[in-house]
Amino acid sequence: MQTEHELHSRRMGRNLWVGGLLITFVALIFGLTVVKVTEGDIAGALKIEGTDQ
Amino acid sequence: MNQASLSLESPSHDAEFGDYFALLKPRVMTLVVFTAFVGLLAAPVSIHPFVGFCAILFIAVGGGAAGALNMWYDADIDAMMKRTTKRPIPSGRVSKGEALAIGLGLSGFSVVFLGLATNWTAAALLAFTIFFYVIIYTIWLKRWTPQNIVIGGAAGAFPPMIGWAAATGSVSIESVLMFCLVFMWTPPHFWALALFMRSDYDVAKVPMLTVTHGRRATRVHILVYTVLLAALALATSATSVGGFVYLGTAVVLNGLFLKGAVDIWRRDETRSEADDYKVEKRFFRLSLLYLFAHFGAILVEAGLDHYTTGGAF
Repeated sequence: MQTEHELHSRRMGRNLWVGGLLITFVALIFGLTVVKVTEGDIAGALKIEGTDQ
Repeated sequence: MNQASLSLESPSHDAEFGDYFALLKPRVMTLVVFTAFVGLLAAPVSIHPFVGFCAILFIAVGGGAAGALNMWYDADIDAMMKRTTKRPIPSGRVSKGEALAIGLGLSGFSVVFLGLATNWTAAALLAFTIFFYVIIYTIWLKRWTPQNIVIGGAAGAFPPMIGWAAATGSVSIESVLMFCLVFMWTPPHFWALALFMRSDYDVAKVPMLTVTHGRRATRVHILVYTVLLAALALATSATSVGGFVYLGTAVVLNGLFLKGAVDIWRRDETRSEADDYKVEKRFFRLSLLYLFAHFGAILVEAGLDHYTTGGAF
């Protein structure tokens, strides 16, 4: 059975914050992608492309 | 290497997340967020609420990155001034190298993602703001000229212009006037602070106007800038971001602010020291309300515009 390294317990709070920030960052990029695809320029370009065909 | 420089180079213990967050100057960031938010909402172009939220976030991160770079460069004088000795670097919680890495990393991150989320005009303005605050103000002017506050104030004045550009993709007279409002407000705000925080700037040998040209000249400067600021604030009411709410707010607050500036101008050091700079401290507190109320009024006008015309946001 592995024992927790002293560094991990000492930096637990800091690591949790970094993890939280990374998850938030992923959520932001996902949200921005959804908005850009459904409402932004990409959606407009797709509509024009559809009209051409 | 002496003890002071050693503590700036290597932290004495593990920093907490809050220590790194403090590098971003969260109190300054609130002003950045608020004015950028007003600039974004006052713009006559619609923007998706989530994109607007991301734009404000990236502008705030960019402002924070500039703050971290400022703390990296100014660690030596921060260690001398009572007001700043508890900052993460002089207190030994974060090293200068960490502050530099965080500042540079977040600068690049915020500019690129603001550009991707909104447009490259807004991103370029954010990049210029960081450059201006770090290179022009912190590294060049702050220790060189007593006009440091005047020119450095431009960096703090850009956020409403960036917010406006994030929505419209351009710069207009309204966003320039919002920029000028913060730009002209900064000198009287900080010079009033310098009048009653004299020892701090003297000790750090930062060439504040109070030190280089004397306290009488500072009082005159406060009055002159306040008169110019009042004219500018009232002129803004004639643009599309103004209106009756803004005009009413501007008339009342500029009247009070002008009275405060005249009071400061009429006083001498003997009277100020006798009542522990009561008038100067009151003027400083009023300056905080002044800026908040003006931008708050612009926000109300934007809300009224939306309500009456079914506007954008």
